[in-house]
Amino acid sequence: MKIVVVDYGIGNVQSIFNALSKFKDVDVILSDSQDEIMSADGLILPGVGAFKRAMKELKRRNLPNVLGSYILQGKPFLGICLGMQLLFESSEEFGYTEGLGFIKGGVEYFPGDVNDKLPHVSWNSIEKQELNWSGTIFSDIKNKDDFYFVHSYICKPKDQSIILSKTQYGGIDFCSSIRQGNIYACQFHPEKSANSGLKVMKNFIDIVKDGE
Amino acid sequence: MNKIRVIARIDINNEYTVKGRCLEGLKKIGRPNEMSKKYYEGGIDEIVFLDAVASLYDRNSLIEILKQATKETFIPITIGGGIKTIKDIKDALSAGADKVAINTQAVKNLDFIREAAEMFGSQAIVGSVVARRHRYRWEAFIDNAKHRTHKDAIDWAAELEKAGVGEIMVTSIDNDGRQKGFDIDLVGALTKRVNIPVIASGGAGSSNDIIKLCKNTNCDAVAVASLIHYDVENISDIKSNMKSNNIGVRL
Repeated sequence: MKIVVVDYGIGNVQSIFNALSKFKDVDVILSDSQDEIMSADGLILPGVGAFKRAMKELKRRNLPNVLGSYILQGKPFLGICLGMQLLFESSEEFGYTEGLGFIKGGVEYFPGDVNDKLPHVSWNSIEKQELNWSGTIFSDIKNKDDFYFVHSYICKPKDQSIILSKTQYGGIDFCSSIRQGNIYACQFHPEKSANSGLKVMKNFIDIVKDGE
Repeated sequence: MNKIRVIARIDINNEYTVKGRCLEGLKKIGRPNEMSKKYYEGGIDEIVFLDAVASLYDRNSLIEILKQATKETFIPITIGGGIKTIKDIKDALSAGADKVAINTQAVKNLDFIREAAEMFGSQAIVGSVVARRHRYRWEAFIDNAKHRTHKDAIDWAAELEKAGVGEIMVTSIDNDGRQKGFDIDLVGALTKRVNIPVIASGGAGSSNDIIKLCKNTNCDAVAVASLIHYDVENISDIKSNMKSNNIGVRL
């Protein structure tokens, strides 16, 4: 079984590689090659930093179409942090930047009250919504468990029914993870969230195994 | 309730963890990777490795320590000490660090911070402010607390925020290694001034010191060293004491 972590020059891919490598029977590959991505059994899109630069790096490698084709195959996909935000149609970071558009909705600056600090750098809890967690990346994760967040922008999906969890900060409840078919994405960093985060990685691996 | 991060601060000289008092008289007290692994398993929220001699010697050992740590600890890792160039940051991040802490080079050239924040994102850049008290104000120091800057530490933190750092780690030189509590006035003044997360460092001798700091300031994280290096209290006891005093913490 092969999981490819898209390595497009943005962020800490090594940590995701290390976290996945803890589990048996998984070949983890860091790559930006079209062939590797299309032949992956599971795909992870990581990313930290600026939306605009990330989109530029993806386009430079001709990856937006490749990621789209991968997803159309129906195989499991996981976006992490900026890798979640990029899935949306647009971000208001630096005015307006077009995203990959796989998920309807946009990415906005944190509308929390002015007294709260940004970036939101903290362990914070994720809360169940209507979607059932069993069989998802949150199988056996307890409601309100803590994960590590670091971001200033939040995702606002048009379709509320894809929201897998919400998290509270700055007086608002924002969407901290989604599931739309074979696409999973989380705003927090599972690879940096100790045992709970490793469990999420393990769940993703299990979903990939089931799909084989 | 926002959760206070409890961070293990591991100062390094070559391949050893060192600890002194007031950032002086550094003694070897252990191996960085053994300690970071133990703290991770004990429930620490984050790890900061600081090269205490800031590149006076070979820096490869620091990168090796970092690489090892990212294989066995799945929490955020910051490295600092002697970061001078964009390449230094790139090397640290690609070896698995999530953030770099920068002090001296920011004082020498604030544009370096602007450039770094733009390139890697604010979340990857921690402004390290090392402060010494002069009556009712504090002065920022550089070169591991050896040299004065004649800058007011609080004003300087605000400049770093404006230049684009995502967090401030403030270390009290006066309180470091003394285990008699944080400089609450310093942390309080700083958190009132900046609107980004603040990590307080220097002086934690017990969980009660942390509780006192959290009750009296708006800090977001505490860095502990002697408290855990010398097994004064273990991490789960520190956190459960915080929790029973109504301080948000990850358990």
